[in-house]
Amino acid sequence: MMRNAPWVPICIISVMICMALFAPLLAPFSPIDQALRERLVPPFWMDGGSMSHILGTDAFGRDVLSRLIYGARVSLLVALLALTAGGGVGLVIGIVSGYIGGTLDNLLMRLVDAAFTFPAILFALLLAVTMGQGLVTLVIAISLLLWASFARVIRGEVLTLRQRDFVALAKVRGCSSLRIMLTHILPNVLNTFMVLVTLNIGVVIIAEASLSFLGAGIPPPTPTWGLMISEGRGRIADAWWVALIPGFAITLLVLSVNLFGDWLRDRLDPQLRQL
Amino acid sequence: MKRYIVQRLLQGVVLLFMVAAIVFFLGRLTGNPVDLMLPEGSTPEDRIALIKTLGLDGPLYQQFLIFIGNALNGDLGTSIRMREPTVDVFFSRLPNTLAIIPWAILFAVLVGIPLGVVAALNRGNIVDRAAGAIAVLGIATPSFWLGVVLIFVFSVELGWLPSGRMGGPEHYVLPVITLGSFLIAGFMRLVRSSMLDVMGSEFVKLARIKGLNEGVVVWKHCLRNALIPVLTLWGVFVGNLITGAIIVETVFAWPGVGRLTYEAVIYRDFPLLQAIIILKAMLILVINLTVDILYAYVDPRIRLA
Amino acid sequence: MSGEVILEIRDLHTHFFLRRGVLKAVDGVSFTLRRGEVLGLVGESGCGKSMTALSIMRLLPKGSARTVAGQVLLGGDDLLRKTPREMRDIRGGRISMILQDPQTSLNPVFSIGDQLREAIFRRTHAARRDVMREAVAALRHVDIAAPEQRIAQYPHQLSGGMKQRVVGAIAMSGHPEVLIADEPTTALDVTIQLQYLKLLKRLQQESNMAILFITHDFGVVARMCDRVAVMYAGRIVECGPVREVFEHPSHPYTQALIASVPQLSGTTGRLATIDGQPPSMLDLPRGCRFAPRCKYAMPHCRDTYPDSFDVGVAHTADCWRLAPA
Repeated sequence: MMRNAPWVPICIISVMICMALFAPLLAPFSPIDQALRERLVPPFWMDGGSMSHILGTDAFGRDVLSRLIYGARVSLLVALLALTAGGGVGLVIGIVSGYIGGTLDNLLMRLVDAAFTFPAILFALLLAVTMGQGLVTLVIAISLLLWASFARVIRGEVLTLRQRDFVALAKVRGCSSLRIMLTHILPNVLNTFMVLVTLNIGVVIIAEASLSFLGAGIPPPTPTWGLMISEGRGRIADAWWVALIPGFAITLLVLSVNLFGDWLRDRLDPQLRQL
Repeated sequence: MKRYIVQRLLQGVVLLFMVAAIVFFLGRLTGNPVDLMLPEGSTPEDRIALIKTLGLDGPLYQQFLIFIGNALNGDLGTSIRMREPTVDVFFSRLPNTLAIIPWAILFAVLVGIPLGVVAALNRGNIVDRAAGAIAVLGIATPSFWLGVVLIFVFSVELGWLPSGRMGGPEHYVLPVITLGSFLIAGFMRLVRSSMLDVMGSEFVKLARIKGLNEGVVVWKHCLRNALIPVLTLWGVFVGNLITGAIIVETVFAWPGVGRLTYEAVIYRDFPLLQAIIILKAMLILVINLTVDILYAYVDPRIRLA
Repeated sequence: MSGEVILEIRDLHTHFFLRRGVLKAVDGVSFTLRRGEVLGLVGESGCGKSMTALSIMRLLPKGSARTVAGQVLLGGDDLLRKTPREMRDIRGGRISMILQDPQTSLNPVFSIGDQLREAIFRRTHAARRDVMREAVAALRHVDIAAPEQRIAQYPHQLSGGMKQRVVGAIAMSGHPEVLIADEPTTALDVTIQLQYLKLLKRLQQESNMAILFITHDFGVVARMCDRVAVMYAGRIVECGPVREVFEHPSHPYTQALIASVPQLSGTTGRLATIDGQPPSMLDLPRGCRFAPRCKYAMPHCRDTYPDSFDVGVAHTADCWRLAPA
């Protein structure tokens, strides 16, 4: 099993996590201090570049590598929070809807259908305007994107679990619905929940980047990858590295996460099927 | 079939209403509605006038009724920045967005569907893996970045295509490709799994028993059935298109409703954003209904029910 | 009634190559089919009947299944040696097949007329109007009333019995020499089954075509077939004229099968069942495969696979008990 593990993605993910955790130690420069004499220095492998700014600087003289490292922090933090919040809400709704059924289930599932049809990004943008930009707004906004798919899949699991004997036994013993949902249903859907989480990490990272790009994410001067691309866009002609390098980072991370997630699911799947 | 269409129409209207309600309540509850809707430099008199018109001093449900009432009259507020009715602003920009959407869909269909079929036919071997890799890469690449990359390569470095704005056919190429890329990965995966399902059907076996050649079996018998799930799941793709339009129009400075959304966010133009959301919901309703009609026509089981 | 041999299967072996091992679905099957004859192929599900049929048609599921040995001689031509293009011409033309489930045999998005015309056009390449006429005639021939209206209808608008008739019409459109019917009545209502069998019989007599009739139902065998081959765990264990096999079943499995069919006229006692289960096709025993469930089993049975012994006129069974003393 370990032989077939996707080592390259794992390495990349580990590097990114390290970048996020140890940003202050790893970043050679401050990500927000401006150094106007060092503006638009190209990366080290191009003419005019130097080893002091390996990936060059942006229009304000800020070191791209340092901003990249701190950007990882934002991306991963937001991913963690949004997956917990959005996934959590979806989990709860899925369990309640699936277990209790009836009109509540109908109502919630209609809501889920609507959520699928209507792009949640619009509500995310609305929140950015009404609540102001910030971490909380961003996390809530991205959670809006996630909850529906979590709810739907978890509900499906719960529907099959509900028919199982151990649930019937619990009911016979007089357990309340709440108790059954907590102690019997919840542990059994956790596997599926983890699978969903791995499936959605990439989605969340790209969502955060997209919202940042559109000016609805964490406000400047905090460096986020989406914001870097947005800022660098205007100078794409003479300083391509500012806009393009963060995009590479995003693609690389999401690709690694997806490949790792696929492998992880292939390992977990046989057990899932036994359930 | 009529019953089916009416059912879908009703569902759409319910969705529209829900969206309007959510937008309304989000606006009233999370921010300060008065401040959100006033342009800068407003006088206290303007403030009082706004409160009176929208009934902001009354109970919430009353505000909602006023809101709905205005909406049904075609009044969704006035844009702070442009000082014009939001509805007018939206519809003046809508044609520009509608200009690229069909092309993007066509592009995605011409690339995604054959890719999906080829992947299904070559299940497990290198062609399938290559197609899968393309799809995985497509999902991992943020589309706004893809747009910037395309601009860099084709506009800055090669100088073949313009970097933005509306214009002649050459202005359409990059935005259409970028917008289409939102859909391609999804199409491909769906077509592939749908084809694999259909290819195992008994009627496919019967087609082979009839001695038909493989091409006919695949492209005529299988694909026609495999496309039905694509139409039923179309709703998700529409959502992707709307999201994509926002991003693509922003990257390429395309003057459509997507870019309008971006502008509304940047300038904190709440009334405009509110109107955009509701009108886009209506747009989605219309598109979905069209696709539903198409689907009902394509699947004889619905058409003749 | 029976003519020369039209289809001869010699020692056919079809294996499934799975991750967990090799599944020998068809493990040395041989039989002959003559013109104008109806041969029944009987056995429990999973014994390899359908796989035999698919092997003959060379329509095995792609990827894991392969015919690894044997010959399938249609009028002397070995089908296993044909190129894919040649097989395509043969399928639907010289040899055709009816599948079990009428609900799924027809493509739901095309009218039955389209599907029938497709088959006819393939054979005749005639003008559209002629093809249309022939399609209507074909529907009438299988006793579908008002064929001019039906032809524009879609599968979901037809009953199961009617769908199966359409499938029959499609199968007959190429005037095949051999028709393989894989449990064609199993999915039909009991009341319709008889009608359909009569139809098949009529079609067969009109065209003098040979039918390989796959079923698990002995009643159907009695009604339709001239000869019957009993299949168990990938092999044929008994073969002979229907009357012979019914009156003198020689293989213990055949005996058990016949005994387990409920008799309407007999005394009501307990239904005889066959204890045990068929062997796993991944791990077949060396000797007789029925031995674990056979009440007459001898040590020799478990060691060596029984030879084929004559028990009557053109009637053979593979059982050590039948060895001359």
